[in-house]
Amino acid sequence: MSRFPRIATVSLLLASVSLAGCAHKPKELPPQPVSASTSTQTGQQFSSQQQQPTGPIPGSQADFLASVISDTVHFDFDKYGIDGESVGILRSQAQWLARYPAKSVTIEGHCDERGTRDYNLALGERRANAAKNYLVALGIDAGRINTISYGKERPIALGSDEAAWAKNRRAVTITVN
Amino acid sequence: MSRLCNPQSLLRMSVPGAILSILLTPAMVFAQAQPLPPSSAPAAADQQVLTGSVTDDSAWRDLGIAIPAFPTDQSVPTGADGGNTEALGRNLARVVFSDLKDNGLFKPTGPDALPGIGYAEVTAPAFAGWRARSAEMLVQGFVKGGADGRLTVGCYLYDVALGKELARQGYVVRPVEWRRAAHKCADMVYSRLSGESPFFDSKIAYIAETGPKDHRRKQLAIMDSDGANHRFITSGQATALTPRYSPDYRQIAYLSYVDGRPRIYVYDVGTGHQHLVTEARGPTFAPRWSPDGRYILYSMAIAGNTDIYRVPATGGQSVRLTNTPGINIGGSYSPDGRKIVFESDRGGHQQIYVMNADGSGQHRISFFSGRAATPEWSPRGDQIAFTCICGNLRIAVMDPDGNNRRFLTDNWQDEAPTWAPNGRIIQFFRTERGTGHTSIWQVDLTGRNERRLKTPVDASDPAWGPVLP
Repeated sequence: MSRFPRIATVSLLLASVSLAGCAHKPKELPPQPVSASTSTQTGQQFSSQQQQPTGPIPGSQADFLASVISDTVHFDFDKYGIDGESVGILRSQAQWLARYPAKSVTIEGHCDERGTRDYNLALGERRANAAKNYLVALGIDAGRINTISYGKERPIALGSDEAAWAKNRRAVTITVN
Repeated sequence: MSRLCNPQSLLRMSVPGAILSILLTPAMVFAQAQPLPPSSAPAAADQQVLTGSVTDDSAWRDLGIAIPAFPTDQSVPTGADGGNTEALGRNLARVVFSDLKDNGLFKPTGPDALPGIGYAEVTAPAFAGWRARSAEMLVQGFVKGGADGRLTVGCYLYDVALGKELARQGYVVRPVEWRRAAHKCADMVYSRLSGESPFFDSKIAYIAETGPKDHRRKQLAIMDSDGANHRFITSGQATALTPRYSPDYRQIAYLSYVDGRPRIYVYDVGTGHQHLVTEARGPTFAPRWSPDGRYILYSMAIAGNTDIYRVPATGGQSVRLTNTPGINIGGSYSPDGRKIVFESDRGGHQQIYVMNADGSGQHRISFFSGRAATPEWSPRGDQIAFTCICGNLRIAVMDPDGNNRRFLTDNWQDEAPTWAPNGRIIQFFRTERGTGHTSIWQVDLTGRNERRLKTPVDASDPAWGPVLP
């Protein structure tokens, strides 16, 4: 269930490329985006063909997930500050990004359901930017980090209680290429 | 004006003769107003409104109104619901009845609980019989098919006790628009009895929602004010949110993720085409129209900071109206277009602010504990509706200076108020705790009459447009 939003996001980004067009840079269309599921499949095919030990392809989303403490940082209600736990998570993400300088990421900002729709879209954008700014402060080129807000529209925890809301107030880092 | 017949000559004509002469004239616009012959009942004085008070409308809310089926002079086939004008006449009366009943405005009795009336009786009511039924008010109408396929619908309001005619209106409509004639009739009855402006003949844009909570499909959809003529605009492949009808109903500004990111598009209802409200790179939220339709407000995030911008509806240069750290979002014009009420968390958390239309003079008007969001200025100008995040999310109103906050709803999560065109009723959407199911509700300014709108699927983000011409 937790993987679903990532897959959906990657496909949306693909649509973004084909619809929005990057009209001024047609030759720089990114290669096929890698989602968690496809990268795992590719890794298995690769290893069986090459008779090598299984494991995520270096630089893949699966490798990212295996390498970082977490792809997700959490926030307090109506807040966008990076707390101590998030610092460690973002540092591990920055280390991975330093290792794969050709890779870009998208950071999704999300909110819990206890706010208005408009404001939560803006707050999700703010949270994604807070995570982005921390990665930039750790030396990652801002041009490698996109942000997108889903407001309260894409919860991962489905309850209507404090535990679910805490899980949904999040910024999720997803590798793009 | 040449169609306006001499009332004296109409008085002497039979009803069918009068209608025939009306139909000989061209009808070029939808729901065209049509002069009607007066009834045989004497007309009441024009100023005789039962009550115009905003705060106490109990007097007219309890009025018993009889609405028998609208007879036809001759039943002819029609493309409108019912297939012929006789069946259509019953459907017309049903819509008038539903409008008045569903909004908790009166105590009407509809055509399915009343005897039919003859065609000649429309302008010569049998008052004694209606008094015996304890009807205080009587709505009688007729429908007549024209040679060009158009329909003429007449609507008369009588005071049964006084034996007088209070109002009459006629409309020429295409068969596909037959419901508009009924809404216009209900609007006439409502306006004449309450002293308020009409609102039934209007439309609503909203977001239709389906699917599980973590994978909701959100489609732009439109419908009439009573839920009829429902139509999905977008397929739901890309999430759509927060629509707003342009004042002329020709366009809808809304948020879409169609290019992967949240951005505001302006959708043309006639052509089906849409364009970005701004080519600027940042994500854009919360579109709002100016009352004259010339400008669109949108909110754009840059590096996590959101501000409100204004752009001509026809395109062109955007003007940034707010410039403070934090989230400035939304915006709703006062009816005269001179001020904008908006939401900002510049003071620490969401509260309501007002500025001049050029962005000057920004000042906070709400000082509640909790948070205040999504302000919407009443079309009457006298109130601002908003979402109060005060424990639960509740719909509230206050004076334009921020005083006299009143809660209209008390549920787990009600948000995003939108005003009826007459500023007397507010729609909003309600989210069900746990399941995330959403539905559109409406409530009047007393807070007493709350009801759920029927929608084909779950529904959110209602946006009520003005009364149609």
